Amino acid sequence: MARFTPHWLNVLRGGALVATLGLTLSAPLAQAADRELLNTSYDIARELFAEINPQFVTYWKDKTGEDVEIKQSHAGSSKQARAIMQGLRADVVTFNQVTDVDVLAEKAHLIPADWQQRLPNHSSPYYSTMAFLVRKGNPKHIESWQDLAKQDVKLVFPNPKTSGNARYTYLAAWAAANDFDNGDETKIRDYMKRMLGNVAVFDTGGRGATTTFVERGIGDVLITFESEVNNIRNQYGKDDYEVVVPKTDILAEFPVTWIDEYVKRNGTEDLAKGYLNYLYSDEAQRTLANFYYRVNNDKIAAEFADRFPETKLLRVEDVFGSWQDAMATHFSSGGELDQLLRR
Amino acid sequence: MRRIGDSPPVRALLIALALVLTALFLVVPLVSIFYQAFASGLGEIWVNLSDEYTWSAITLTLLVTVITVPVNLAFGVFLAWLVTRFSFPGRRILQTLIDIPFAVSPVVAGLLYLLLYGRGGWLGSWLANYDLQLMFAWPGMVLVTVFVTCPFVARELIPLMQAQGSAEEEAAVTLGARGWTLFRRVTLPNIRWALLYGVILTNARAVGEFGGVSVVSGSIRGETNTLPLHVEQLYQDYNTVGAFTSASLLAGLAIVTLVIKAWLEWHTARRSH
Repeated sequence: MARFTPHWLNVLRGGALVATLGLTLSAPLAQAADRELLNTSYDIARELFAEINPQFVTYWKDKTGEDVEIKQSHAGSSKQARAIMQGLRADVVTFNQVTDVDVLAEKAHLIPADWQQRLPNHSSPYYSTMAFLVRKGNPKHIESWQDLAKQDVKLVFPNPKTSGNARYTYLAAWAAANDFDNGDETKIRDYMKRMLGNVAVFDTGGRGATTTFVERGIGDVLITFESEVNNIRNQYGKDDYEVVVPKTDILAEFPVTWIDEYVKRNGTEDLAKGYLNYLYSDEAQRTLANFYYRVNNDKIAAEFADRFPETKLLRVEDVFGSWQDAMATHFSSGGELDQLLRR
Repeated sequence: MRRIGDSPPVRALLIALALVLTALFLVVPLVSIFYQAFASGLGEIWVNLSDEYTWSAITLTLLVTVITVPVNLAFGVFLAWLVTRFSFPGRRILQTLIDIPFAVSPVVAGLLYLLLYGRGGWLGSWLANYDLQLMFAWPGMVLVTVFVTCPFVARELIPLMQAQGSAEEEAAVTLGARGWTLFRRVTLPNIRWALLYGVILTNARAVGEFGGVSVVSGSIRGETNTLPLHVEQLYQDYNTVGAFTSASLLAGLAIVTLVIKAWLEWHTARRSH
């Protein structure tokens, strides 16, 4: 056939060339570090660890003389837990949900059940609480969880069914009401119904809720982690919004642990422990406080005292028994949340 | 009988409606991607483009595509040839099976691979004995992308090859052509434009694939993030400019693909006259 020309072969050869180029380009991805550590983390912690990791690399080099590289993986922490169970060989996890670490112990047996006892403060090097982002001047006078149930207040936070962030909001509201009404469940349910009835939009995740509140201008209050609220304020304009931390609030722990099975396999046990312990050091705690996370280190906490309004923090375990109980009673299908939303 | 579009005012209205809808649903979002990227100036764009993670996302996307396209090129040609030139039991079933990747949501495809090759999956545990890990590493992402994009070439070729029939090939065989020569000098020249078209579609899809690779990627920055995943992560991080810069890379690629596609169509139409 005359139509066939060697030109066609040239095209194929060109393709092969591009292929080789692609492979050469990807080669420098492998770094010259002695060892690698994979930190699997939650969605919004990229900038935090982008700052902590280089500090740790220097610290580790000074201490041991070894060059290490820290790789980061970020996604929703439930998705991350699932990936680790399916074989993502993370050396350490730094999550924002205790339940997502529990799963690794209970379902996958990758870590021992008593993982929370292995590091100080229930293996939570930093913590946070829920805060309200309100519009400039706080026109609706939102100061407490009770105020959220007032008639003309519109709230924005994600759906507690899909978002860990919103589960904290729900539990915080319940715990605060429990505190306020001295455990009278009828009053608590009544409050919760009015509060949930004020929700303008239930987005699936924290990022979506932020967009709804900030970019679409819906609602009077956005409820999310104190650390997040301040980031949003920095991103979208300090003067347009105010942050309110209620007087009674929930303790949101940020659990960390090393994955025993994978660190053994990767030969990184000492490095993983060193990394997590480093998060408790003065240097790392200062960085964390800079990102508006609360820390237990007294010296650093004092340095940043003006940043974190005093508030009475309730632990989920103390109010609801345990995370498992809270999940089963409130968030399971047909549970407390479903009944409250049915009205 | 008069048709709906016969009266000039109605026709004008319909055309205007089509144009407005196209502008609203296609052009405005596309323009806004570039607008968002360039909103904070060229400096910001450069910062985001020269970011080491953006760069590694680009190279990983290239790597995945560069493996996927030839694999599916060969697979598609082989399959189309098999289905159109031979008659065997199960031929129709095979023809239906080709479409599975189109029918299945990419996320489901990703999950299937995860169940098969992940920890505890039966192929996964076997591979783990040899310390081989496919999932949450680039080979897994290539596998899923190959699966998701495999029908494109075959789908383009099968109707064409069916229409052309095997007369030319039979003639070639009577003249003594065999195997590779037959394919290279008779079959290939007849299908090359459709083939190129299939390759372009495969390429576009492989570059843009999100759902499937998202499941098996593990989202390790600088290691298992392709461009679409990178866009999502930047957006989640409140880095709007970064997200839209990477998104405009993808959009730019899509536009290039469309231009090549249009050129191919024009070329094919011209040849058939």
